[in-house]
Amino acid sequence: MNTTQQPATMQFIGEHLLPGQFGYFFTILSLVASLVATFAFAKSFFSNELDTQQSWKKLARTAFAIEAFTVFASFIILFYVISNHLFEYKYAYTHSDKNMPIKYLLSCFWEGQEGSFLLWSFWHCVLGIVVMAKVKSRESGVMMVLSFTQVLLATMVLGLYFFGSKIGSNPFIMLRHEMSWPILQRPDYLNLIKDGTGLNTLLQNYWMVIHPPILFLGFASTVIPFSFAVVGLIEKKHDWMDQALPWATFSAGILGLGIMMGAAWAYESLTFGGYWAWDPVENASLVPWLVLVAGIHTAMIYRKTGASLKATYLFFGLSFLLVVYSTFLTRSGILGDTSVHAFTDLGMNGQLLTFLLITVLPFFALYFARYKHMPEIQKEDAVDSREFWMLVGSLILVLSAAVIIAITSIPVFNKLFSTKIAPPEDPEFAHNQVQVFVAILIGLLTGAGQFLKFKGTPNGQFWKQIKLPLILTAIISAVIFIFIGIAYNDKGIGFLGALYIAVAAAVFGVVGNVHYWMTSLKGKLKSAGASIAHIGFGLVLVGILISSADKKVLSWNTTGINVLTVAPGEKKPVGNPRENITLFEGIDTDMGQYMVSYVRDTFDTRETRFFELKFTNKKTQEQFLLYPDVLKNNKGMEGFSANPSSKHYWNKDIFVYVTSFQDHNKEDTTSFKPQRIKVGDSIFYSNGYIKLEKVLVNPNANRAAGTNELSLQLTVTSKEGLKYTSAPGILLEGMNMTSILDTVKAQNLIISFNKVIDNQKGILEIGVKESKTLTNLITLKAYEFPFINILWIGVIVCVLGFWMSMYVRIKKLRRTK
Amino acid sequence: MKKTHLILLVLIAAAIVVLISYTGDLSSYETVSSAKQKQGKFVNLIVKMDKTIPVQYDPVKDPNLLKFNVQDSLGGKIAVVYHNTMPTDMEKSERLVLKGKVQGEVFECSAIVMKCPSKYKDNPNAMKEQPVTIAN
Repeated sequence: MNTTQQPATMQFIGEHLLPGQFGYFFTILSLVASLVATFAFAKSFFSNELDTQQSWKKLARTAFAIEAFTVFASFIILFYVISNHLFEYKYAYTHSDKNMPIKYLLSCFWEGQEGSFLLWSFWHCVLGIVVMAKVKSRESGVMMVLSFTQVLLATMVLGLYFFGSKIGSNPFIMLRHEMSWPILQRPDYLNLIKDGTGLNTLLQNYWMVIHPPILFLGFASTVIPFSFAVVGLIEKKHDWMDQALPWATFSAGILGLGIMMGAAWAYESLTFGGYWAWDPVENASLVPWLVLVAGIHTAMIYRKTGASLKATYLFFGLSFLLVVYSTFLTRSGILGDTSVHAFTDLGMNGQLLTFLLITVLPFFALYFARYKHMPEIQKEDAVDSREFWMLVGSLILVLSAAVIIAITSIPVFNKLFSTKIAPPEDPEFAHNQVQVFVAILIGLLTGAGQFLKFKGTPNGQFWKQIKLPLILTAIISAVIFIFIGIAYNDKGIGFLGALYIAVAAAVFGVVGNVHYWMTSLKGKLKSAGASIAHIGFGLVLVGILISSADKKVLSWNTTGINVLTVAPGEKKPVGNPRENITLFEGIDTDMGQYMVSYVRDTFDTRETRFFELKFTNKKTQEQFLLYPDVLKNNKGMEGFSANPSSKHYWNKDIFVYVTSFQDHNKEDTTSFKPQRIKVGDSIFYSNGYIKLEKVLVNPNANRAAGTNELSLQLTVTSKEGLKYTSAPGILLEGMNMTSILDTVKAQNLIISFNKVIDNQKGILEIGVKESKTLTNLITLKAYEFPFINILWIGVIVCVLGFWMSMYVRIKKLRRTK
Repeated sequence: MKKTHLILLVLIAAAIVVLISYTGDLSSYETVSSAKQKQGKFVNLIVKMDKTIPVQYDPVKDPNLLKFNVQDSLGGKIAVVYHNTMPTDMEKSERLVLKGKVQGEVFECSAIVMKCPSKYKDNPNAMKEQPVTIAN
């Protein structure tokens, strides 16, 4: 059949067109409604007459309500499409499959760009509704900015062509519209599509269900302080800080939580052996947080003293703009060479760049237009005032963020200037060596800052109050150094020293704030938000420093399989990691302080293969089981992806994952090769030689009566110079002869004692069998992360602190009304 | 000048010093022949596997030893030694970014970044083809 004759209105069997039609309709309506809302809120905002303000606001609110409805509806429809496995839609086909556990259907939702844009838009709608309900003055201005960002987000999921270029990528696109497979021309093509390509195996983790919504709420919520700043700049009225601060503290809390949940996901499901790798995607989410926290501090300075106004505008502006910038970085594919977890390039680079420029340029134009007219305090800052050091701390946070984002932007630099700059040899250390000093300064400032008073501290009071925290810090740090120690020698004495100072500074951050809370605030919870956030942050620093600096590789290869390839005296080879240990099924292997044994493996219904590993602590004889697993990769990829498993103690985690596995070849056709040998003789095998040391008669004193045993004592020496002993034998029971085989697993040898050929000359016959693999084996990496719980506890405490402070501020705001 | 301005200047100077010192740590992308000129210097190579020579990896003997051969777009070939497990999918990947140093005639690799099919992204090439599961 000629395809040109194919009727344009061909019916396809079994398609569900309705959800897609509704979906398309809602995505377009969402764009229209957000345009109307932006325009109407702007009209209301710029109008001077109360009546006009009110009538435009009414229209704008209705438009925004419609906008919110369309986004919620698109959200539900897309979820319906995924959960009902409607593979006629490309999104369901590429991101889910039929036997996916229900909990992961949500992860399918945000695996793709379209779904995550929709999620972002969803949170903007929720925040917009709260703003309309709660924010009294400046509602129109804030909502104008928010609605405008909604216009931009709506174009991201539009998927329509204008003048030949595609705007956005619609989540409701049909598979047959997007793909040119011949079978999609058949009316019954849906019968042929049995299943979707599934969710990327790395995302099949419970953290991926919960972490993206939290992180995106964090990203989305930075728009509110940004909007207040824009409104303040337009109106030239700077008294919006009280209104914006609860939003900013909420945002800092939720964004921080989202970032650290991402770290927890990386820790539990990725196999780079840690929770933070300075990956561009991680950096891109951390940087807006740092700038936002700086903005919160300068906003408080402005409220108390009238200084730091320009900085506050800049920082609240930048935190949102950096969110947009990181969206550009992670979604445009520009990071390609440097990040393993950026989104796929959807060919929307031009649009993403427009999104970035259309937010950055007007903001800075407005900022610099107003810059000269912003009030400034001409008084000299007092060095013993709280605001002075708060500002210093904020500047350190912002500059730390600037350094991180500059390094992360190297691929952008390469693109702009056609350079070929590559990351340094040790990219993590490149960051660590800088940020450790940031940690020191921030630790000291958070610990000491609260003991200073705004506008100057009475003479001597500061040192009097800080004496006890300093003494306690010295004691606690000494305890940490003596009993835990910092054992990170890889980068020389200078960095080690910096780590020691950083731990002490972070401890001081915690102790200083606990002391301030207990004495100056008398232990009251009401105004303790800031102290608690600082305590949490200090704990995070302590946890990061100790768990990373003292991270221990447990699986240094000590199996005797390759120790000799490391020259004697050679240090732990940096960048030459021999961190994998080989475990044979059923064999105990010596791994530092543990004996490890690969007991068995099992499959679950999704073909996840769990390896049961038994760890025995050599000292305490304590035993525990760990189940690292591997899941076969989907989406046309070979291989498998590994999921780590950890044993949690109060003071450390034992963290293991399988780096490769090999199944024992069942059809083992190699046979025993008979060889003649005398005492003192050697025979060769493929990887070395076997020497017969002596023949023992009845070496086992406890043998059963009437039996005789003849045992050979053999030494196997491999090419690498490793020695193993082996003792095959013969057991005689009257006329019955049993051969006792012995194996040298590490050399894949099975040795038998066959018979005595010449008793006089002492010539014996042994059989040697070399098989490819004797048993199933895995290679494993194992790490110990000490005191990692301090980090996780610190995160929770810090977030709680932010929100307590938000709660107190909201209550204060109500009272002043 | 106000003290805060002074501190700001000091901090910005510090940040600039940090960034400049960082540029000293940066490495570069090289071809096989230019990397051979820079013996012992840390470089990045963009290459693909040379499949005419078999990959050597035997976790029984040594789980931390992988030997393979690569070729760059200019046809330069080099043998690679990687002291780690063999990354899954390595033989499938179209492009490898190798980080490491040339020592003599061998590239001592400390990290391998695989390009496409990557671990995290959807594989765009797999998507272009008709999947096997739905072939008749």
